[in-house]
Amino acid sequence: MKPKREVTRLLDYEKKNGTVFVRLSGELDHSRAEAIRPELDELIADRSVRRLVFDFGGLEFMDSSGIGMLIGRYKLMQDRGGSVAVMPGGRRVERMMELSGLYRIIEKLA
Amino acid sequence: MKIINEMRLDFWPRPENESLARMVISAFIMPVNPTLEQLGDVKTAVSEAVTNAIVHGYREARGLVRLRASLDEEGGLSVEIADKGCGIADVEQARRPFFTTMEDADRSGMGFTVMESFMDEVEVISQVNSGTIVRMRKRLAPAHALAREA
Repeated sequence: MKPKREVTRLLDYEKKNGTVFVRLSGELDHSRAEAIRPELDELIADRSVRRLVFDFGGLEFMDSSGIGMLIGRYKLMQDRGGSVAVMPGGRRVERMMELSGLYRIIEKLA
Repeated sequence: MKIINEMRLDFWPRPENESLARMVISAFIMPVNPTLEQLGDVKTAVSEAVTNAIVHGYREARGLVRLRASLDEEGGLSVEIADKGCGIADVEQARRPFFTTMEDADRSGMGFTVMESFMDEVEVISQVNSGTIVRMRKRLAPAHALAREA
């Protein structure tokens, strides 16, 4: 019997019916955004993915690098007619989202 | 204004030091009992300035990012983030919301807007090829809050 393969995942995600749900916890700064980007983009490189939903409920910190990450993913999804949505969770993340004006292009989920 | 505490930290322009800078500034302001809102504001503004120094100031180059902070007796925080990186050719343009020189690198161009929104004062001094200094101020506690300890 083959030993079970250990997979180290930076991202906590779920893929269902063309939607990818990504749950982020801890801190989302430039360092973290750079670290998760390759895995995130590989995940949505699958053309059957039409919708990307971020659950920021577990985030304790987010600066404008989080906004940059969202803008980048929005562009990728938009290129194929897909969409991006965000569950902001805490007040700090919400304040950053509002300051950025991103809700004009990214759907806010409760 | 009488200064009651001061600190300085130099670190390499590595992305993992963004969280180091946030931790240090949080610990530094704790004695004046900031509200959660103020703590979040200061952490975020410092994170933006340090990220700018790393991503735009130094890019791949070597050097040091310097974080300096002081607290005065009236609960006023002064914080300075300085680098000796490439500098900003047009500071006014860089401070405009959504202006970015790195569109493809997922930069939002919101760094200075965030600093200005979360701090009381933001001053940017920069010279091409010699570096950038970001000076910020924020009142954290009313005068009477610290008078008791003096």
